[in-house]
This record gives sequence, structure tokens and C-alpha cells, in this order.
Amino acid sequence: MIAPGRERFRALALVLPLLVFILITFIAPLATMLVRSVHDPVVADALPATLASLDGWDGEGLPDEAAYEAIARELVQAREDRTLGQVAGRVNRVQSGLRSVFTRSARSLRDVTEGPWRDALEEIDEAWADPATWHAIRATGQRFTGRHYLNAVDMQRLPDGSVARQPEERRIYLPLLWRTLVVSAVITLLCLLLGYPVAHLIAHAPERRANLLLALVLVPFWTSLLVRTTAWIVLLQTQGVVNDLLVSIGLVGDDGRLAMIYNMTGTIIAMTHVLLPFMVLPLYSVMRAIPGQYMNAAASLGARPAQAFLRVYWPQTLPGVGAGSLLVFILAIGYYITPALVGGSSGQLISNMVAYHMQTSLNWGLAAALGGILLAGVLALYLLYDRLVGIERLSLG
Amino acid sequence: MTAAEAGPVAAAESDVRVEFEGVDKSYDGRTLVVEDFNLTIRKGEFVTLLGPSGSGKTTILMMLAGFQSPTAGTIRIDGRSVEELPPRKRGIGMVFQNYALFPHMTVGRNLAFPLEVRGLNAEERQERVERALQLVRLEGLEDRRPGQLSGGQQQRVAIARALVFEPDLVLMDEPLGALDRSLREEMQYEIRRIHRELAVTVVYVTHDQQEAMVMSDRIAVLKKGVVEQIAPPEALYEEPERAFVARFIGENNRLHGRVVTVDGDLCEVETGRERIRALRIADCEPGDQVTLSIRPERIAVNPEPGVYGNQVGATIRDLAFLGDHLRVRMDACGREDFIAKIPNIVGHGGILVGDTVRVGWTVTDCRALNHEEKED
Ligand SMILES: Nc1ncnc2c1ncn2[C@@H]1O[C@H](COP(=O)(O)OP(=O)(O)OP(=O)(O)O)[C@@H](O)[C@H]1O
Ligand SMILES: [Mg+2]
Repeated sequence: MIAPGRERFRALALVLPLLVFILITFIAPLATMLVRSVHDPVVADALPATLASLDGWDGEGLPDEAAYEAIARELVQAREDRTLGQVAGRVNRVQSGLRSVFTRSARSLRDVTEGPWRDALEEIDEAWADPATWHAIRATGQRFTGRHYLNAVDMQRLPDGSVARQPEERRIYLPLLWRTLVVSAVITLLCLLLGYPVAHLIAHAPERRANLLLALVLVPFWTSLLVRTTAWIVLLQTQGVVNDLLVSIGLVGDDGRLAMIYNMTGTIIAMTHVLLPFMVLPLYSVMRAIPGQYMNAAASLGARPAQAFLRVYWPQTLPGVGAGSLLVFILAIGYYITPALVGGSSGQLISNMVAYHMQTSLNWGLAAALGGILLAGVLALYLLYDRLVGIERLSLG
Repeated sequence: MTAAEAGPVAAAESDVRVEFEGVDKSYDGRTLVVEDFNLTIRKGEFVTLLGPSGSGKTTILMMLAGFQSPTAGTIRIDGRSVEELPPRKRGIGMVFQNYALFPHMTVGRNLAFPLEVRGLNAEERQERVERALQLVRLEGLEDRRPGQLSGGQQQRVAIARALVFEPDLVLMDEPLGALDRSLREEMQYEIRRIHRELAVTVVYVTHDQQEAMVMSDRIAVLKKGVVEQIAPPEALYEEPERAFVARFIGENNRLHGRVVTVDGDLCEVETGRERIRALRIADCEPGDQVTLSIRPERIAVNPEPGVYGNQVGATIRDLAFLGDHLRVRMDACGREDFIAKIPNIVGHGGILVGDTVRVGWTVTDCRALNHEEKED
């Protein structure tokens, strides 16, 4: 007989490796990302004296000479510490053009040893005579900031501290987010429409045929995503198989070849294909548990096939429909690789923007904020599903 | 009453609800799981298909309900061939073996379903649902889901649902198979009561011979897709026409032997050392193998000489007192499991294990049936 305490310890020891693995590979990055979306110490660490002297500035006009002296010394210091690029980049995001102002000023200030600093700086670049520059410094100097989230929903904080929408031409994330939701909904619907009959067929076929069909559904799963996506390019491009076929049967003229790839159509087609198994499998597992007897019973009670389906079969598949839809929708709103490969410029989704900010613009804070919004959206969906259907009725394959 | 009197021949044409005529069924195109099935069911009759597992009972029911179509032959309901009629138009109430209650609907909705698809208005639906629940004595359970009911209650709901749209014909496929013994017996009487009250025609399937005996007007005994005998319970018991029926219904002693002489309705059969006289049921000639069937309660131990047409010597091997009768197991006619039941009326003559006795039975209680090689 093992003591209960020891047994508990053994159970813990058994799950420990997985726990550690999840902690390191999943929870920790997620937490880091969420922290990064609201916490940015770069400017605060590099320009502490400047920020301190700006404390007394009322925001009207220009700050006093002490601020100019502080920024001058700290710019030179930052250049030596090689943090200048990061600082300049951050300030530049708030007030574009400041990147070059900062780097040029830091370079020129090497030779200046004494004040008046304000004159020296204004001589280097007249941006230093613009209060907006100082607002940008003060804004980026906050360690904890909602700036990235505001950015992510196309808002900004005005110099007077109030929050307002971005000017029309700079609103990109909300429309993109909306587009992502719509596209994901369309893909989910397509997967449901295509997957439901297939799942039904498999679930009620004789065992051997069912296994074969199930394998066919799963084959794409075992094929590299890149291969599958490339295959779609071969099929859908202007000189591709589908267009050739349409032209040869005369459905479209040779000059009227359809643009089905490198745009939203391409993204939707390829993603529907990629995500279809995630719809079919939960549906299949739910449908398989529904005995054929129910349909027989409905028929013997006088129901037409359509009535039997709508009143008896469909309601019983709802947990599968919910699970499949939730799964496909959640995967779709975060999908990155397929839109990146076949989406062209019009078929990009929010995750491609996240990738852009991670890899190209290096605005990780904004990338993290976009990711945070996606995460919140997914959790909200999950809770909604729980309220409406009950998560315990979720049936995943 | 004989089988012929109760059987289809006597039924007037208008009196007939269901007719099977030469019905064959094969699923794979090679083996017939139902072969040359003929049965006429009168209105209001309770007919049971009885047979061991795999004998084709469900298949016959499914053909009648329209979920399977016959490979050959004709099925008629109310004189009309139903070949082209889909299940929903056959007007048949069906009770499935595992109930097939819709799990996502309440009891009330389950019962209202056949009424809704028939377009009845809410008021009428409500009234009929209530009446059906009364019939099966489940008032007040409308709002439960099937999952919240006991097995017996689910069974009642299934019956109520099959009756609520007032079909003329109700099929039940082993409806009591999942219930425990005492509940089974209670439900048997419930179903009989409902059958009497509504005067519907019922085709019932079971592999339990006792259940078939309790409930049925007539029983069709099936073996491997072939009808062995169709008759009322008493006739099946008293006058089995096939060795399989004699074995399947109730207990009997079975002796294998060879026909020696034939004399009209009677014949003489040699079983080892004895010669036994029997009713000639099977169409046998001298030299043919036959199986003799004798009910244990028709056997007398140490009878008055000359009363019985058959008398043989036996050695008592075992005695068991079972309350209403004494069960005697003995060596007789070359068998070690020859059974006699002595009713507990006047005591039993002081028989002891090891005694050598004489046992006897009348010629008419001994039936010479077709020879059955295997007793499976
Ligand atoms: N859908 C089917 N496809 C192929 N063979 C079938 C099918 N249904 C039944 N059979 C076969 O037909 C024969 C008769 O089956 P059926 O179900 O009618 O027997 P049953 O008398 O109802 O048996 P049970 O008492 O076990 O329910 C069996 O050998 C069975 O294997
Ligand atoms: Mg059966």
C-alpha cells in the first residue's frame, strides 16, 4: 500500500515533464508576448534624465534648457551604448521623421561640449524646436503603455492626452481585423458546407469504405502544407490547370482568365482546403455515435427525409458542428502561412500583419498587442460557445 | 382449437391486415436469410415471430416496415402491395429494440413528433400526447428527457410514441430485451392490456418462448429464415409439427429411432431395445429416421398395467422437488436424461433414486416428428 502523499507525488512526477514542456514552450512565450504589448522600457532606460526633466514641462511650448542638456548628453551616451537605433525607432513610430533627427543629432553632438544646448540642437535640426518631438519622447518614455493597443485598434493619444481615432488614411488594423473575421467566417461556413456531407457519408458507410474515405480526408493532413499550397498555385494561377480547363471548354475567353490566386479568392480556397479536416473529424465522431435507427424511427413516425434530417439528425450533430466551426474559425483567424503564400496583397490577414511587425518593422510591441487582441477574441468566442452550447458538449474527434 | 381453425384460411378477406406471400430476402445475393415466408395476419391479431438469434425475425419486420425490400414475393397491407410505399406512408407504429427515442427532445416532444409531421394543431397534439401518456401510465413525465428515465419508463414512452398517431399496425422488435426479469413480466401484461384496449394489430418479435406464449394470439416459429410452424400457443405446445418447435417450445423428451411400421395416423418406432407407438406427424415410411417427442408431464411412473399404449423400463437417477411438481430424471429408452414431471397432487408413490420402475405414456402424447441430426 502506497501512502496517499507518495501517490500524489508520483502522479505529479509523471505529469511534470509535460508541465515543464508546456510552461517553457507555451505559457512563457505567451506571457512574454502579453507583457511586451504593454511594457517597453527601452526609451525609459536610455533617456532617464531627459524624461525626469520633462516632468515639469506643462506640454505647452517648449521645455526648458535642462531638458535640452539632458537629451544632448543622453543621445551621445545612447550612441555609445548602441541603443540609439532602438530609441530612435520607437520615437519615430510616434512622430515619423524623428529617426534621422535622433541619429544625426547624436552624431553631430559629439563635437559639442557645452551649452547653450537648445541653440545647438536647433541648429542641428529644427525638429527640436517643435513641441511634437518632445511629446513623442515623453510618450515613448513610459514603461507601461497602452500605446500599442491603441495603435492596434487605429487610435492614438493626442498631445493633450485625449484618445482619438487615427486619421482616415492611417486606419489599417481595424479594417484588417474585420476582414480577417469575415474571411474566417466564410471559410468556416465553406468547411461546414463541404465537410458535413462528407462526414455524414463516412460516418454511415460500411466499415471498410469508411476507413478508406477517412484516410482520404486525412491524406492532406500528412502532406506538407507547402506542397499543398504550391499545388493550389499550380491549379489556380492564370495559366494554371483550372483556367486552362475553363478556357478549353469555352466557359471563359482566353483573355478573360480568372484571377483566383494571389488575392482573397486564393486565400479562401486554399485555407478552406487546409482546414477542412478540422471540420470533418469532429463532425464524423459525433455522427458516428448517432445510430441509423433514429432516422428509421423518424421515417416510421411519418417524417419526410428533410423533416427527419432537420428535426432529428441535425440537432444531434450540433455539438460536432460547434466544435468543428469553433476549431476552424479559431485556426483561420490566426492563420499565417497560406495567406502569406497565396494571398497576394489583397488576401493578407491580421496574422500576416503580426508577422510583418515581428520580422520587418521590428515593432514587437504592436505585434504583441495585435496578438493579444486575437487571443482575447478567441477566448471570447470560447466563452460564448460555453454559454450557448456548453464546453463539455464540445466533441473533438 | 386447431391451427387450421385459427389460421389464415378461416379469415375473411376484409378481415386481413397483413399478408406475406412467398417472401424471400437475401442481403448478399447468395444466402437467403428469409425463405418463402407466408403469413396472413388478421385485424386486431397479436402475432409473434419467435426464433433464435439470426433466424430472420428483424429482417421480416424491417421488410414490413419498409426499411428493407424483399428479394422476392409480395407484402400486402390492407390488401395493397406496399412495394412502392416508403416507410413513412405505411402508417406503421414501430417500437425499436433500443427504443430509438430522440435524445435531444423531451418525452412530450418525442410523442408530439409524429403528430407534428402530420400537421396536427397544437391543441390536438397536446390532447393526444396526454392520452398516450395515460395509456402507458406515465402522466407528468412530459418534460423529462429520455436520458432521465429508467429503462422501463423509456420502454413505455417508446410504446406510447408508436401508438400516439393511432396506427392500425404496430411492430415491436424485442422491445423488452433490455429489461430485467420482473420488469419484463410487468411490461408483457402492459402490452397485452394496451393491445386489448386499442384493438390494434401487433407484430411482435422475441426470442423468448415464454414471452411469446404469454402475449400472442399466434406464434410463427422461425429457424434459419424458414417458418417451422405458425399456430396459437396451445397448439404449438400440444401439437408441434416439427422437431425444432417441440424442442424450442417448452420441455420435452426426445428419442431418436427408426420407423418399423406405419398404420394410418400411427406408426411404430424402434429406439434401441424398445418399440414405441406414436402419432405419425412427419411424413415417414418404414425405415425412415424420426424424432419422438414426449412432454415430461405426460409420463406416468409405475402406471396401472394396460392403461398406456407405451411402457418401458427405467432406472431413477435423480429426484428434485420443485414445489408444484417432482422432477424425475432417469435412464430410459437409451437416454440418461429422460425426464418425467409428477404433479404434486397426491404424493408420488415413494420412488427412490436407484429404483427400477416402469414408465408409460399414451400413444397420442407421443409424436413422431422429422429427424433432427443436431440439437443446436
Ligand atoms: N443489414 C444486413 N446486411 C447483411 N446481413 C444481414 C443484415 N441484417 C441481418 N443480416 C443477416 O441476416 C440474418 C438474419 O438477421 P436478423 O437480424 O433478421 O435476425 P434476428 O432473428 O432478428 O436475430 P436477433 O434475435 O439476433 O435479433 C443474420 O444471419 C444476419 O447476419
Ligand atoms: Mg433482431
